[in-house]
Amino acid sequence: MKRIVLLLSLAAAFLFAQTALADQFLGAVASNFEGPAKLIAAEFEKDTGHKAELSFGSTGSFASQIRNESPFGIFLAADASTPKALEDEGLTAPGTRFTYAQGALVLWSTTEGYVDDKGDVLKTGDYKHLAVADPALAPYGAAAYELLKAWDILTKLEGEQRLVTGQNIGQTVQFVQTGNAELGLVAQSQVWKDGKFTSGSGWIVSPDLYSPILQDAVILKSAADNVAVKAFADYLKGEKAKAIILSFGYKL
Amino acid sequence: MSLALTPDELTTIKISLRLAAWTMCFSLLIGTPIAWWVSRRDSLLRRMVASITTMPMVIPPTVMGFYLLFFLGPHGPIGKTFKFLGLELLPFSFSGLVIASVICSMPFVVQPLANAFIALGERPLEAASTLGANLFDAFVTVIMPQTRPAFLTAAIMSFAHAIGEFGVVLMIGGNIPNRTRVLSMQIYVYVENMNYARAHVLSGGLVVFAVLTMLATQMLNPPQKARSERRSR
Repeated sequence: MKRIVLLLSLAAAFLFAQTALADQFLGAVASNFEGPAKLIAAEFEKDTGHKAELSFGSTGSFASQIRNESPFGIFLAADASTPKALEDEGLTAPGTRFTYAQGALVLWSTTEGYVDDKGDVLKTGDYKHLAVADPALAPYGAAAYELLKAWDILTKLEGEQRLVTGQNIGQTVQFVQTGNAELGLVAQSQVWKDGKFTSGSGWIVSPDLYSPILQDAVILKSAADNVAVKAFADYLKGEKAKAIILSFGYKL
Repeated sequence: MSLALTPDELTTIKISLRLAAWTMCFSLLIGTPIAWWVSRRDSLLRRMVASITTMPMVIPPTVMGFYLLFFLGPHGPIGKTFKFLGLELLPFSFSGLVIASVICSMPFVVQPLANAFIALGERPLEAASTLGANLFDAFVTVIMPQTRPAFLTAAIMSFAHAIGEFGVVLMIGGNIPNRTRVLSMQIYVYVENMNYARAHVLSGGLVVFAVLTMLATQMLNPPQKARSERRSR
C-alpha cells in the first residue's frame, strides 16, 4: 500500500512538473521539417527567451487532432491545403496563415553516378522499384505522380508493379536508403546538406514538371492571444530562420 | 452511404485473408517448437529466447518494419544471402509480408503455448514415454489434445493479429495494389484523406470480425470452472 502511494505521488509530481510555464507553447510540425524546426526553435529560445515545445508527425494526423481540440498553438503543415481547410472551418486565428517553406522534389539513388543530370534514368533505367510517397497522403507523393504523368511513364510503372509507396516521405526515403528501391522521388530536404546531396546521386526535378509544394503555417484559434506563438511565427519569417530553411534544401 | 465494397476494397480484403491464413500456419509451425523448448527447462538461454519472441510487442511497428527492411534488403545479411542464392528479395513481395507478419505474431503464439505446456507439467509426457511413445507421438496424441485451448487461442490470435497488422506490413510491403496492399492500409489511407464514409464501412466490418473472433476464442476456451462442471456432469 505504501509503495502504491509513493508511486502515485511520484506520478503526480511528474504531471505537475509538466504544467505549462507562461511563455511556452506546443507546436505541431510536419515531420519533413523536423531538422530545420529544431534548429530554429533553439535559436528562437536563445534570442527571445520563449520556449517552443515541438511535436513532429503527419499533417493529416495533426489536422484530426486540431479538430478535436488539441493543445497546439501553431501548426507547421507539409502542405498548403490543410491549414487552409482548418482556416475555413474557423479553427485558426484569422489572417495568420503564411508560407514558411517551399519543398523541392528530387530523384535520388544511393548509388554513385546512377542518376544523370536530366533524370533520364527514370525513363530508361532498368531499376526494379521506384519509391514514391502515397499521392493520397503526402504532397511530395502528389508531385511525384505529376512528374510520372508528365513523362507518361506512370501507367507503365504501375502495370509492372515497380512503384512502391510509403505512407509518408520519411518511409519513402527509407525504402531507398536500405537499398530495397534503387530509385526514389523524395524531398530534397531529406538528402541534402550544405549545398549538395548527402550521398549517392540525384537530380533536382525541374520545378515546371510539378505544382509547387508550399508548406504553410497557421496560428490556431486557442493561441490567438499567445505572445510566444506570435513571436515564433515572426521569427519563422525572419532572416535567421530563412538561412536555416535554405540550408536544409528548401526554397523560399 | 453505400455498404457495397468496391473491387479494389475486395482485393485488399482477399490479400489480408490470404496473409492471415499463411501467418497462422507458419506461426504455429515455428512457434510450437519454440514454446515447447522454452517451457521444458528453466535456463538463461531459454528465458532469453522467450523474451526475444515478445520483442514485436515492445518495439514500435514502424521501427520493427525498418529493421526488417534493412535485414531483408540488399544491404542486410539475410538479403545478401538471398541474393547469393539467386532468390528474389523479400521486401515488396507477398512472401515478405508473410514473414514480417509471422515475426509479429510470435508473441501471440509462443506465450499461450508455453504457459499451457508449463501448466501441463512433466507427468503426461513421462507416462507416455513409459508406454513406449516417442516424443513426436506423445506430443501429438497426449500433449496437443490436453493443450487444445492454448492452440486455438494461438491460432485465432495470430490470424486476427495478421488482419489488423499495419505498421510493419506497410513498411515491408510498399503498398503495391494487387500484391501487398492490405485492408488495414486501405482504411488508413481513407482516414488520412477524410473519406470517413468508406473508412467506417471497412472498419465496421473489421470490428464485427474482431468481436466474432474473440467470441469464438472464448466459446472454445470456456473458463476452468465451467469446464470442470461440465466434465463432472
